[in-house]
Amino acid sequence: MEIQDIIRPENKVYSTPELLDNVHMHYCPGCSHGVIHKLLAEVIAEMGLTEKTVGISPVGCAVFAYNYIDVDWVEAAHGRAPAVATAISRLWPEDVVFTYQGDGDMSAIGTAESIHAANRGENIVMVFVNNAIYGMTGGQMAPTTLVGQKTATTPYGRRVDLNGHPLEITNLMAILDGTCYVTRQSVHTPANVRKTKAALKKAFQNALDKKGTSVVEVVATCNSGWKMSPEKANEWMAEHMFAKYPLGDLKNE
Amino acid sequence: MAKVKGAVTVNVERCKGCNLCVVACPTDTLSLQANEVNDRGYHYAYMANPDACIGCCSCAWVCPDACIEVYRVTAN
Repeated sequence: MEIQDIIRPENKVYSTPELLDNVHMHYCPGCSHGVIHKLLAEVIAEMGLTEKTVGISPVGCAVFAYNYIDVDWVEAAHGRAPAVATAISRLWPEDVVFTYQGDGDMSAIGTAESIHAANRGENIVMVFVNNAIYGMTGGQMAPTTLVGQKTATTPYGRRVDLNGHPLEITNLMAILDGTCYVTRQSVHTPANVRKTKAALKKAFQNALDKKGTSVVEVVATCNSGWKMSPEKANEWMAEHMFAKYPLGDLKNE
Repeated sequence: MAKVKGAVTVNVERCKGCNLCVVACPTDTLSLQANEVNDRGYHYAYMANPDACIGCCSCAWVCPDACIEVYRVTAN
């Protein structure tokens, strides 16, 4: 059978999500953000929430998320995405509100907003992309940077006596009464991408059912910041990150 | 036994040549262009071994730029 006989519309089994705008994404080649954007676009379209979803984009690499997924967006000040999401979800209770935050936004400057929004049980979805480094500003140490990991500001590796311990903010969220679903996923293999999609779907369903705050952490790579090829970064993540940030559901009520 | 045949199309201008689809492909169908580049200078992915494709979508799932579309037929 010739290739042109296979490439026909009736044989299509995977297409680019319609909600993803046809613009060139500014992310580095191999960046996990692209996969997570794609999954969000798929989940929102499949659940029929295109006209009912409001995203809050963070400050960080994903600051331009509003250019890529064709739903309503608000760009929040650094770390304040959960506060903005709180307002929108209270004013428009019929809409599904999600925040898209990196490790700097969620676990450094925005710790207070994130923890308190989760503790209040705001009816929002928080997507937390944890790549253990500040990618946008040049690869500085983040609160989630692993002990011994080399970054621009810890050139000899993160030291516990000097820089403290890596912050597992998702585990903190799991013990709060306001959260209904807290999970940690990754997108480095096709199987993990599918699991992350299922987790996002569940989180959006929780928001529709008004069950409380859902937190989906995605352990991600930053191959530019880590100074590795995309392939090596995935291997490094599987080898080192999962020991500190094990995958799986932390809370599912 | 029915044989599954697949094929992929790559949005060449969107592709950034990150190689993740090549790594994810279980049948070694995909490869990066050795010399050809797109408008932005990336060595984009293409079906180097199209007969091997089984349309499993692994490449499309891991593609960060959503530039791969997959087609599959079951041939008798």
